Amino acid sequence: MSDTPVNPVDGLLRMDRMPHIWCGGCGIGTSVNCFARAVAKAEIDHEHLHVVSGIGCTGRVAGYVNVDSFHTTHGRAIPFATGLSLSRPDSKVVVYSGDGDLTAIGGNHFIHAARRNIDMTVICVNNFTYGMTGGQVTPTTPYGAKASTTPYGNYEHTFNLPNLADSCGAQFVARWTVYHVRQLTRSITKALKTKGFSFIEVIAPCPTLYQRRNKLGDGVMTLQYYKDKSTIQNGADTADVGMSFQSDIIVGEFVERESLTFMEGYEKRMKEILGDGFVPYRGAK
Amino acid sequence: MKADPTAVASGMHFIDGNEACGEGAIAAGCRFVAGYPITPSTEVVENIARRFPKIGGLFIQMEDEIASSTCVQGAVWAGLKAMTVTSGPGISLMMEHVGLAAITECPTVFVNVQRGGPSTGLPTLPAQQDVMQARWGSHGDYEVIAVAPSSPQECFDHVITCFNLAEKYRCPVFFMMDETVGHMLGKVKIPPADEIEVVERVYTKRPPGEYLPYKIYDGDQPEMVRVGMGHRIHSTGLTHDERGYPDMNAEAQDKMVRRLCSKINDHVDEISIAESDQVEGSDVTIVSYGITSRVVAYAVDLLREQGLKIGRVRLVTLWPFNEKLIKDVAQNTKSIIVAEMNLGQMVHEVERVVAGKVPVHLIGHAGGAMIELQTIMDKIKEVAS
Repeated sequence: MSDTPVNPVDGLLRMDRMPHIWCGGCGIGTSVNCFARAVAKAEIDHEHLHVVSGIGCTGRVAGYVNVDSFHTTHGRAIPFATGLSLSRPDSKVVVYSGDGDLTAIGGNHFIHAARRNIDMTVICVNNFTYGMTGGQVTPTTPYGAKASTTPYGNYEHTFNLPNLADSCGAQFVARWTVYHVRQLTRSITKALKTKGFSFIEVIAPCPTLYQRRNKLGDGVMTLQYYKDKSTIQNGADTADVGMSFQSDIIVGEFVERESLTFMEGYEKRMKEILGDGFVPYRGAK
Repeated sequence: MKADPTAVASGMHFIDGNEACGEGAIAAGCRFVAGYPITPSTEVVENIARRFPKIGGLFIQMEDEIASSTCVQGAVWAGLKAMTVTSGPGISLMMEHVGLAAITECPTVFVNVQRGGPSTGLPTLPAQQDVMQARWGSHGDYEVIAVAPSSPQECFDHVITCFNLAEKYRCPVFFMMDETVGHMLGKVKIPPADEIEVVERVYTKRPPGEYLPYKIYDGDQPEMVRVGMGHRIHSTGLTHDERGYPDMNAEAQDKMVRRLCSKINDHVDEISIAESDQVEGSDVTIVSYGITSRVVAYAVDLLREQGLKIGRVRLVTLWPFNEKLIKDVAQNTKSIIVAEMNLGQMVHEVERVVAGKVPVHLIGHAGGAMIELQTIMDKIKEVAS
């Protein structure tokens, strides 16, 4: 058996936890595959990579990656990761969660971590629904789309996540679908190398709930939709990348900017005011 | 271990309980605090925000109390000692993360400068109404430790107790201050660093591959790691097995929850601090805690001068409840009074343990002001006669 080919992403996965819980056709696993390849490409030492998740289907990612990982409470992965990231400046902290977790219950934390420019990468798998609890409406569910709690179709306005992250000051913002595995891998690699708050939205199917309830076919048909309807517009104004039901999808790397991180701002200010009296925070080093 | 001499503000100070609490946390080795402004606790973090940049600590004012209470747990897993500070509505918001600290066995200190409730209640006025919330506030079965100070000096001394207990028992620890003790000015002696006992976190010496994060190797606590040690741990708020992996069934739940409880309940004697000033065959023994215990002590002194046979017990540790002490009280006295700044919380614990052996009375107060000396004296005389 010694010449059995080894999957290049094996090293980053907890193989003793397989099989995973995700359904056939789900996009989360594809995104994890891209993430694992990006970690290798970015040459991040696994001992200095920490993954934090909230609750939900995507929230289970933390449990499958073979690094120090934390499966925290619903919506609160970002503040937990904030404490971790500030206290381990030598590590890369990644928050990996879904649209409901990060932008509904966790929306407040999302905007403030971006505003503070906390050094972390946030990967949001946006499948437009709460999968774990049976397909309820989320802040990204398109107008008119059916969910278990919008049986007559959604009537709320939706978040444009790249625009939200951009307006809060994120340093790097990208969106891809799980059809765009190479581009997604490249953007995650870039995000991991970005100093400060980086955000990646991954558009992904939930065939079991969102696609089925909206009669959109299976995972393969959804990938076909992503292929047909996506246009790459790097540098697009994030105000223009909003989505609606089965609309065109603008994908690409939208934002790259450089401003002081939380810690840089803190240290700069304290040095100015306290001079030699300032003792920098070194976390747990 | 001793405290860090470069950080401890050794000397005599005239400060309030809130400032003393921050100084105690610094002495205990806390170098990460996350909090959100809320009366009457805010001065704790204001002092921390002034002090930390000069001693290598980090304070972050988060967007709310929910964020604060989990941010500190991220710092703990990074390898820091950390606390959050709040009051009233803030501690209600933090309850989910009390449960997270309990199930993940994350040593976290929650300072609660109690004010009157429910809801917004009395932001600037004291109460002792969160005693049962500290014990039962997050969903599920678990145990916590809670300590109640009664003076600015004790705000310094016993926040150190809280950090030390958190490290030893790997659980959420509540520091149950109140508005009065928080804003009370008093003499606070901060000893030289080498006289302050500090419990340092003990990390596992087992190498990766020979270590499971929730396995009991020796004693009854799992061995801790921090991130980056190479063990690649997984920590989850789900019911988990020794590997830290989700294991959701009745057997795993029973094993985990019983251990979370027994690791504290089996050590009540070591955890518990109380002042017991009992009198054999007393007509009445009065049980109190926190700021109320100071009024009680004065009342008891005055009534003893008048010749009354009164015992006095002050609980410093509220949780785990010291059943042995209260059983002992019930053997030595004809009746018990519990005085507390709520309409009856700890009195239920006392009644449970006393189990009808002697009558148990309550001096309750809905909060907003301390229980008056005369009220306590009148009730003692009434019960004793």
